[in-house]
Amino acid sequence: MGLTIVEKILAYSTGKKSVKPGDVLEPEVNVAMSHENAALVINQFTEVWKDTGLSPNVWDPSRIAIIFDHRVPAESSKTATNQKKIRNFVKENGITKFHDIRSDEGGICHQILAEYGYIKPGYVVVGTDSHTTTHGAFGAFAFGIGATEMASVWSLGTILNVEVPETIKIVVNGKFKPNVYPKDLILYIIGKISAQGANYKVIEFHGEVIRNMPMSGRLVLSNMSVEAGATAGIIPGDEETIRYLRKAGVNDDIIPVLPDNDAKYCKIVEINADELVPQIACPHTVDNVKPITDVKNIKVDQIVIGSCTNGRFDDLEIVAKILKGKKVAEDTRMLIFPASWQIYKKALKEGLLEVFSDSGAIIMNPGCGCCLGVHQGAIGDGEVALSTTNRNFKGRMGNPKGDVYLCSPAVAAVSAINGFITSPEGVK
Amino acid sequence: MGKVIYIFDNDISTDAIYPGRHMATVLPSETPQFCFADYTDLNKKLNAKEYPTGSVIIGGNNFGCGSSREQAASTILGHGLVVIAKDFARIFLQNAINLGLNLITCPEIEADLDDEIEIKGDKVLNKTKGKEFSTIPLPAARLAIVEAGGLVAYTRKKVIEKYT
Repeated sequence: MGLTIVEKILAYSTGKKSVKPGDVLEPEVNVAMSHENAALVINQFTEVWKDTGLSPNVWDPSRIAIIFDHRVPAESSKTATNQKKIRNFVKENGITKFHDIRSDEGGICHQILAEYGYIKPGYVVVGTDSHTTTHGAFGAFAFGIGATEMASVWSLGTILNVEVPETIKIVVNGKFKPNVYPKDLILYIIGKISAQGANYKVIEFHGEVIRNMPMSGRLVLSNMSVEAGATAGIIPGDEETIRYLRKAGVNDDIIPVLPDNDAKYCKIVEINADELVPQIACPHTVDNVKPITDVKNIKVDQIVIGSCTNGRFDDLEIVAKILKGKKVAEDTRMLIFPASWQIYKKALKEGLLEVFSDSGAIIMNPGCGCCLGVHQGAIGDGEVALSTTNRNFKGRMGNPKGDVYLCSPAVAAVSAINGFITSPEGVK
Repeated sequence: MGKVIYIFDNDISTDAIYPGRHMATVLPSETPQFCFADYTDLNKKLNAKEYPTGSVIIGGNNFGCGSSREQAASTILGHGLVVIAKDFARIFLQNAINLGLNLITCPEIEADLDDEIEIKGDKVLNKTKGKEFSTIPLPAARLAIVEAGGLVAYTRKKVIEKYT
């Protein structure tokens, strides 16, 4: 019987010829990523090694990545102390994939793993962050775990008791209309299959739309797969994967893992991209998705561009094209968070930041804080935010009395000018 | 074993259980104070220790969806609550198992506030309603972690096997 991508990766990482859904395995981990919550991982790691008579030892310091991004620079003494504790741990253990709060190496963890070429097809990647699914865009099996589970990975180099998941195949054919983007596609999919439609399952993305999509868009699809409950969202590796990784400095072999023709899927979903229009996820669940034409007369107090979902250079370019020579509406504020400092500097060099500042938008430093309501950009009681981020849960942007809508960068930019949620249709 | 103290809707996220703004607080000994912080009445009563250990909260579908923050499990564990839901999101369920928080998957559960609930083997008994509901047991692989007393103890055993 044929195998899906995740089945092949899990078979390879456990030295087996074949595996099937439900098998319980202990795969080897290629990259184990954490951010500021490494503070809790360190605590649990110390607990694991207590009373063993052994000195605590990470299994492979070159496979652990730690990136500061959730609260940068620190918003409180507590965070600064956590970051200090992590920095010391990194030094003591010789962890090499460490990205501090610096403009020559920093950014949002999922963007850093991508742009530094840390992830390759076939890898098993775990992260103490639910959006670790992002790295499925490279044809890896990448999923989020908790801090104690990460302490276990740091100790053993394997992830214990992984049950081989079933796979849902999503096939997207056709062609996007102008002003329709990967974000609209993934919102549409989440709305269609629901926030729990892929719980405990892996999504594999196929079809001509995916094959023609640049890596920046693929990262959006894999990133938000978790919002449908998926353990991972995997895109088969191809020329685009290799192109991106070569540019990111990967010089050794890159071998895509592809599914067998007779692979067994638990469900197949077919989507025609020709019919897709811009989508909006309305409060307070990510699957409360509507075509933008159904969302009328919603005044927006805050526009947010950024996050591990839509803060990449391609996203900023779309926004700048729409904002050029225009102003952000009077009663609306706009915050732009490039996803990394590499992106920030490219946007600076190519004049995008000038367009943003001329329009009245605020250029923020790369980081996650606003998306999850922990650092800058909180919304007030009764306020509405329209955001290119990934979650609109009650309280997400720092206030349970506010509303968060999710959209593509194009919808966000057009709406910033109008001050109301607006369709980008007709905008060139 | 305990009374139902709160009934939640579907899709309760870990942001609702443990809001992001408290995430700099990480230690299991310190997280309980922020349990359901945006449900101000519930949070106040939990912190005033008005609910005895074993009190029950009821969830709908997809309880614990969203962020992987482990604080969402440790914060509920700190109050000794039992969560019975129609089903749970993956990372939250795994975190709960790893830390020893008692989650019970009970797709047909019917319960109102103050109902008296008892767990009898693989059944949930609503004593107030006089009704019994089936539960979905944990897969054997996960049960091994529960039986070891949590993932720290389970991993410690593996570490000793591997490195000595």
